[in-house]
Amino acid sequence: MGRYVARRLLQMIPVFIGSTFLIFAMMYALPGDPVRALMGDQAYDPAVVASIRSDLGLDQPLWQQYLTYMSNLVQGDFGTEIASKREIADIIAQAFPITLRLTLFAFTFTVLVGIGLGVIAGLRPDSVRDRGLLALTLVLISMPSFVLGYLMQYIFAFQLGVTTATVQDSENFGDLMLPAIVLGSLSLAYVARLTRTSMAENLRSDYMRTAVAKGLPRHRIIGVHLMRNSLVPVVTFLGTDIGNLMTGAIVTEGIFNVQGIGKTIFDALTRREGATVVGIASLIVLVYLLTSLLVDLLYAVLDPRIRYA
Amino acid sequence: MPEKTAATTASTGTETVTTTAAAPDTVLVTKAPKARSLWSDAWHDLRRNPLFLVSAGLIVLLLIVSAFPGLFTSASPRDADLANHYLGQPNWSHFFQPDWFGYDGQGRSIYSRVVYGARASIIVGVGVTALVTILGTLVGMIAGYFGGWVDTILSRITDIFMGIPFLLGALVVLTSFEKRAIWVVILALVFLGWTQIARVARGSVITIKQADYVVAAKALGASTTRILTRHVLPNAVAPIIVVATIALGGYIAAEATLSFLGVGLAEPTVSWGVDVSSGREQLRNAPHVLIIPSVMVSITVLSFLMFGDAVRNALDPKLR
Repeated sequence: MGRYVARRLLQMIPVFIGSTFLIFAMMYALPGDPVRALMGDQAYDPAVVASIRSDLGLDQPLWQQYLTYMSNLVQGDFGTEIASKREIADIIAQAFPITLRLTLFAFTFTVLVGIGLGVIAGLRPDSVRDRGLLALTLVLISMPSFVLGYLMQYIFAFQLGVTTATVQDSENFGDLMLPAIVLGSLSLAYVARLTRTSMAENLRSDYMRTAVAKGLPRHRIIGVHLMRNSLVPVVTFLGTDIGNLMTGAIVTEGIFNVQGIGKTIFDALTRREGATVVGIASLIVLVYLLTSLLVDLLYAVLDPRIRYA
Repeated sequence: MPEKTAATTASTGTETVTTTAAAPDTVLVTKAPKARSLWSDAWHDLRRNPLFLVSAGLIVLLLIVSAFPGLFTSASPRDADLANHYLGQPNWSHFFQPDWFGYDGQGRSIYSRVVYGARASIIVGVGVTALVTILGTLVGMIAGYFGGWVDTILSRITDIFMGIPFLLGALVVLTSFEKRAIWVVILALVFLGWTQIARVARGSVITIKQADYVVAAKALGASTTRILTRHVLPNAVAPIIVVATIALGGYIAAEATLSFLGVGLAEPTVSWGVDVSSGREQLRNAPHVLIIPSVMVSITVLSFLMFGDAVRNALDPKLR
């Protein structure tokens, strides 16, 4: 087990370096220049621009910039923003907890409601409630999050007046409820469908027939025998989900004006603040890689037949 | 990690339907006595599936609308009349008239914009899916068939691209371009989206290359190109098509989301995402400006999703 984790962590390093380098390269090699953006519409002296660029190290080859950036990053130095001179570590420290709270809220909602709905439908395949749920999830999947976001905002804030249109206090769970539901709804639909399909499949399996035949109580058949086996594909999906939710937050935080990393990264992108974008993106990639490792370890808990050497 | 190939849906080449060959003169013969291939079997199923018929009908309609928008409306999507039509409310009984869905903040007919906006969505969706399928199949087939170090390198590259969240990557690429023509958006989505197909293709090629007919072809001295194009590809293609059709809806949603965020398509291109974005300011007073293009995006994505679902059910014998 320990050796397996160590091997996986080692394998992660090249993927992490590759992914962050790709984002870094896209950010810095493609057209669009933060120093030019700093100048705005004013007339500028090319020599001034060139000197600022060399101060910031933007005139060095790409790989060298990346090496400098990464060696600072592993020492915990995210750098400073070019225009505002703010420490990027501060910006992240301020925004990250907000997004984390929103993401975990959305994740909990996804897991509880998604699996719940999946179980309700999966226990009676092809019943009315199963078909109803299938239709509902199809509708949810086909609504991009900005559509659902504005729809919910219109109904709950403008028509019913139950909540405010935008989040006033991101510490408040009541305020975060609407954005969390919008953020989690796509995953919720996937989780419900996966749970449903996997349960419907396992219902026909031999071990289920055995469990019923030996007269086990219903809650034990469903809770222990059926659920444990059916949840493996769901857990696989959920592993990649936290990373996806964090990126999904770019849209949701924009709609509901939540000051999290999604909004921060989007603002930084429009200002071409490469260091901020790459810093936050690296964090998201790291979260994504670590959660997928966690999921692989969870397999062994759910399915004892899987052993890690 | 437990080796889980994505191609659990890998089909078994040709499916033989064993119906006893009934005498042709009996009146009781209802089934075609000859064995059907996987594809004709799937088609046999699909023709009877209402979900497939409805979604295919909607997709055909969308294709016609995007090819010939002029057939459906006489109004131009760019004609703005601020004086008379500023945020005009919909007239639900005026079917196919310019004021059917009302007017937007610049006095442009929303019905006309919705009709002309279909083209951008369809071009992006179909274009990205086609290119992603070609690129992903190529990478996955090479990695799966040759194995060894080729596979190691290609799989690591796939992992790296998979590590980048799709929306974030697309945002980074697209903000770099000031003028974003439709092909820039397509290429950006292809650049980040090919990995899914590559994984599916790799998985199904790995199972197929051990099949007897591939071994037989090799023993007969067939060239690698011939084995790949005549034996491996036709048998690997079913799961790829399933993933691609379902992904198509996702690409349309991605284009709308990016355009909505202001980094995808932009004016003067008529696109649903752009229209949703311009309607957000007036959500409280004139919700129709935002909601109507939003509903169009959702219906389009829904049609492709249902279509993909139906095709998957027909092609995957396990689900029957």
